[in-house]
Amino acid sequence: MAEMLTTYLNESLLPLPFCPGCGHSAIVKHLDAALVKLQLDPRQVVLVTDIGCQGLADRYFDTNAFHGLHGRSVTYATGIKLVNPDLKVIVLIGDGGTGIGGHHLLNAARRNMGITVLVFNNLNFGMTGGEHSVTTPPGARTTTTRYGHLERPLDLCATVGVNGAGFVARTTSFDKNLPDLIATAIQHDGFALIDIWELCTAYFVEENRFNRTLLERAMDELGFTTGVLYRHNGPEYSRAARAALSDQRGKPTLPPQPLTPRYTSAVETAVHCAIAGAAGAKIGSAAGIFCQGAILAGLWATQRSDYPVTVKTGHSVADVVLSRDDAFHVGTTPPDQMIVLFPEGLHKERGRVARLGPQATLFIDAALPPVETAARVVPLDFSGTRQKKEAWAMMAIAAMLEHTGLYPLDALREAAALRQAFAAQNLAAIAEGVALVGRG
Amino acid sequence: MREFIDGAEAIARGALDAGCTFFAGYPITPATPILLHMIRELPKVGGVAIQAEDEIASLGFCLGAAMTGARAMTATSGPGIALYSEHIGLAIMGEVPLVIVNVQRMGPSTGGATTTAQGDIQFMRWGTSGGYPVIVLSPTDVRDCYRLTGRAFDLAERFRVPVFLATDKDTVATRATVDLAAYERVPVRERPLADPAAPFVPYRAAHLDDVPPLAHIGGPHLVRFTSSSHDERGYLTKNPPDVDRLNRHLAAKIEAHLDEIALVESDLQDGAETLVISYGITARPAQEAVRTARAAGRRVSSLVVRSLWPVPEAAIRAALASVRRAVVVELNLGQYRREIERLARGEQEVSGVHRVDGTLIGAGEILTEGGLA
Repeated sequence: MAEMLTTYLNESLLPLPFCPGCGHSAIVKHLDAALVKLQLDPRQVVLVTDIGCQGLADRYFDTNAFHGLHGRSVTYATGIKLVNPDLKVIVLIGDGGTGIGGHHLLNAARRNMGITVLVFNNLNFGMTGGEHSVTTPPGARTTTTRYGHLERPLDLCATVGVNGAGFVARTTSFDKNLPDLIATAIQHDGFALIDIWELCTAYFVEENRFNRTLLERAMDELGFTTGVLYRHNGPEYSRAARAALSDQRGKPTLPPQPLTPRYTSAVETAVHCAIAGAAGAKIGSAAGIFCQGAILAGLWATQRSDYPVTVKTGHSVADVVLSRDDAFHVGTTPPDQMIVLFPEGLHKERGRVARLGPQATLFIDAALPPVETAARVVPLDFSGTRQKKEAWAMMAIAAMLEHTGLYPLDALREAAALRQAFAAQNLAAIAEGVALVGRG
Repeated sequence: MREFIDGAEAIARGALDAGCTFFAGYPITPATPILLHMIRELPKVGGVAIQAEDEIASLGFCLGAAMTGARAMTATSGPGIALYSEHIGLAIMGEVPLVIVNVQRMGPSTGGATTTAQGDIQFMRWGTSGGYPVIVLSPTDVRDCYRLTGRAFDLAERFRVPVFLATDKDTVATRATVDLAAYERVPVRERPLADPAAPFVPYRAAHLDDVPPLAHIGGPHLVRFTSSSHDERGYLTKNPPDVDRLNRHLAAKIEAHLDEIALVESDLQDGAETLVISYGITARPAQEAVRTARAAGRRVSSLVVRSLWPVPEAAIRAALASVRRAVVVELNLGQYRREIERLARGEQEVSGVHRVDGTLIGAGEILTEGGLA
């Protein structure tokens, strides 16, 4: 900039709107002085304000301004910084905001997000009527602690300091060095927070006959020392994240894995195959290969999965519909072919097994207890196999395909070899599965 | 050539092809796969994807990112939408273009995490204070997930408004066959930006329904953004004419452009007595039921609604006008049926096929319960 800026405040809008004696006015002027000292391009400065009286401050600055919801200012600041790490993002937040938004403050500190947080800490809620906040000292009277506050105040500086903040200081709005301190915080490349204690003349001062001396005494009694309390130079998140991922740049995104039909299938009307088994036994993976094989055979396949919220326990069921046309089937018809493996699969699907009609075929692990069903039953005897249980679904699908001839086994084999790492074991499972049945 | 993919991947690909550059999300079944795709893919295009500390932060990050020039998206399920609520309001008030994917699961509360549902249809529309409109699109299958994600970004940019993609567990987690040539790519709309050389007034628009051009934080202009009622300069105001204009603008920019937003598939048959209305996961079984009924010699009409909000009233009224009764098929107890009843004004009998047991509605049920068998 050619000309020195003498203020970042929009003087046409002054005076500031705060109560006589309110510490906010002093902090706003100190912030302006810090910006003047740094001579930043106003277009590169973003003031993000929270809810409460400090949230009125941004309008008086000729910088970018983002005024949002209570406690969430740190989240907008994070989004802004993540997109443009060059910006100087300064959050103005009250003690109220640090309470309701404590989670965001903590996580921004932990990440070492490069934002500067100025806490306008007047020990109570000034805008809504003098209620207590997370920083109200014990014994203090507020409109919601009529008989004296019973809770311990949050040590903001320690909280963010032990969790990764790179620059943390505590002071009061009376501190003549505040402009320098704020300027240092803004220049710090990482998460910076200054906890600025001050007087709320509308409520806290009146309720507690409070003044500067008592404010400073309260800090002493709590052991809340002033000055720069934490300082280190860890990697700033928005830049570090970009640097860490720079090797990903330019790689292809979600490339399709094309399947070109080159086999034929005799399937005319849609066929619904349900494969029931146990979670962790690769039911979904095997069903997916079955579908890819069908696509290679010119069919359209859909695969719907059902599973509990747990991962490696309970059932896993895949409903596959194969059809000649482009239909989005979601498994609302009764199965024509059903595979049931493992006690978990039977437990989940006993009802559907019982409702199968005489046209359906049930391929069931011969070791499972007998089931009631009208379907034709093809028992699958796994007792002689050395395949792991994770391969049984693939084996059973190969057996079903061999038995029904829905589409050529070669299509299944080709699908099974699509993922090279699993090709050998999948093909071995298919070979053993075919041997489990003769063509029926 | 064909591929075998699920809705989550189609949504992620749709977002990338729409120029998405920012994603923030918090893990939640069944929306997590979208988060995983975006975390893996966005760095490849120089974008940023991050797992936030909670859902409130997810949308907060998106708001800051969008105002700084990103095309932002997030994805969650009903319980996450509940936590998004206050920031949906901020996106409406500040006029922030962004896309919110809602992979619906069974509610209320934690409900059924891996169970499909369409229980958030009214919630998405009325899910924040004030009552001002949003746009909600609902894809019917995997291919539609791709196309409507592109359309969601397009409408978000056009109207500076949060656009929901209303999906569900089974649309997103079901894998389907898609012909690669059949994907419909929505052209990417350039974000209308304020003239860098002219003075910038953040919320100035000539007409009530005009959408003011954006300026990005960090760009050539000073940007003023606020959650509070504001004048065109972005300054908080209680001045009744300014507040009135702002609020009427937030409604008018959507409601004066219903035709631009409406996405409806009308398949009307002359002489049909019944109109089957469906959306999202119920659309394909509903269309199958209509085909079956027609094959049996009945005359039946079908309407698939892909833009749920704002309600495409003209298309729905036109379809209703040709029938005596309408059957609304949905996985809730009649949330969109309310809108159809409102538009029918008693002139058509409106009934529904509804299911809230976590299982899907099949074509057979639609035929019998819908009186088409």
